[in-house]
Amino acid sequence: MNAFLMYGLSIGLLGVSYFKDKKKTKMAVKKGWKSFLNILPQMLGIVTMVGFIFAFFNAETISRLVGNESGWLGVLLSAIVGAITLIPGFVAFPTAALVLQNGGGYMQIGAFVSALMMVGIMTAPLEIKYFGKKMTIIRNTLAFLFSFVVALVIGMVMS
Amino acid sequence: MYKEMIKKYRLFIIAAIATIVLYLINKEVGLRAIGMTSYSFKEMFTVLPPVFLLLGLLDVWVPRELMIQFMGEKAGLKGILLAFFLGSAAAGPLYGAFPVAAVLMKKGARFSNVMIFIGAWSTTKIPMLLFEMASLGKTFALTRLLVDIPGIIIIALLIEKLMKKEEIEQIYINASKM
Repeated sequence: MNAFLMYGLSIGLLGVSYFKDKKKTKMAVKKGWKSFLNILPQMLGIVTMVGFIFAFFNAETISRLVGNESGWLGVLLSAIVGAITLIPGFVAFPTAALVLQNGGGYMQIGAFVSALMMVGIMTAPLEIKYFGKKMTIIRNTLAFLFSFVVALVIGMVMS
Repeated sequence: MYKEMIKKYRLFIIAAIATIVLYLINKEVGLRAIGMTSYSFKEMFTVLPPVFLLLGLLDVWVPRELMIQFMGEKAGLKGILLAFFLGSAAAGPLYGAFPVAAVLMKKGARFSNVMIFIGAWSTTKIPMLLFEMASLGKTFALTRLLVDIPGIIIIALLIEKLMKKEEIEQIYINASKM
């Protein structure tokens, strides 16, 4: 749904841009294309590697790690799994729901979802390319720690 | 020429070979890897083109002064809100945010606002939130959102504090070359 909106918006703006200044529009397309090519090799590599790793993680494997009784160790494990994997939300949320049904705890799922979205070990090489090593390490560490805050609050609200 | 291409794509080549080997060893697990990879490829090639098109248009049309006024050092709350809005309205995986962030920095957006943009892109995207509500329930999704909003701001400000001025400058110089 959002993708359609983005297409509509970008094509509409492209049209306006073209109407106003053909040369500038050409430059814009060139710049976008250059940025895409710049990121493509690592992006392809990361996505393929993540697919490979994902094959070993399914809902049952995760449920075993993060049961309701697993406590803070389970929270830690879920955060680590979330930090490593790079699953799009449209796969991650139903997986998380399935894990809940299989006996996963809310706190653990909170940590998993939070780390999954904010921490990116797999995308770190790309992040380093744009922001350097130090910032990438700081951001990911803070986001990882933050997922425990999320777990704590979710645990309090959902129980 | 060929050598350079192989070097650039070595991670992809290694991962692809590993996936094929995995498929040969265990068909079921291999197919799961292939399914996931092709899903991500589809996402990459359908969701990302408009992001890069918008990035190009942003780069060409938005003057530096305007970006500084709305997202620069002195933009204050306006900058924070705009960073949240831009990140939340986006589509696509987190790695799509990095090149856009580079353009924002090139145009003079404040570092903490760029970090808020990345945080918002990673976790407060609106369609994702709706999907999260459907899968895990309203309470879960809204609680996470309410914790995430201050969390993103605090993390952004902390990163800005923990980085030295020269290091941030270096990142901006690097971004202007992207």
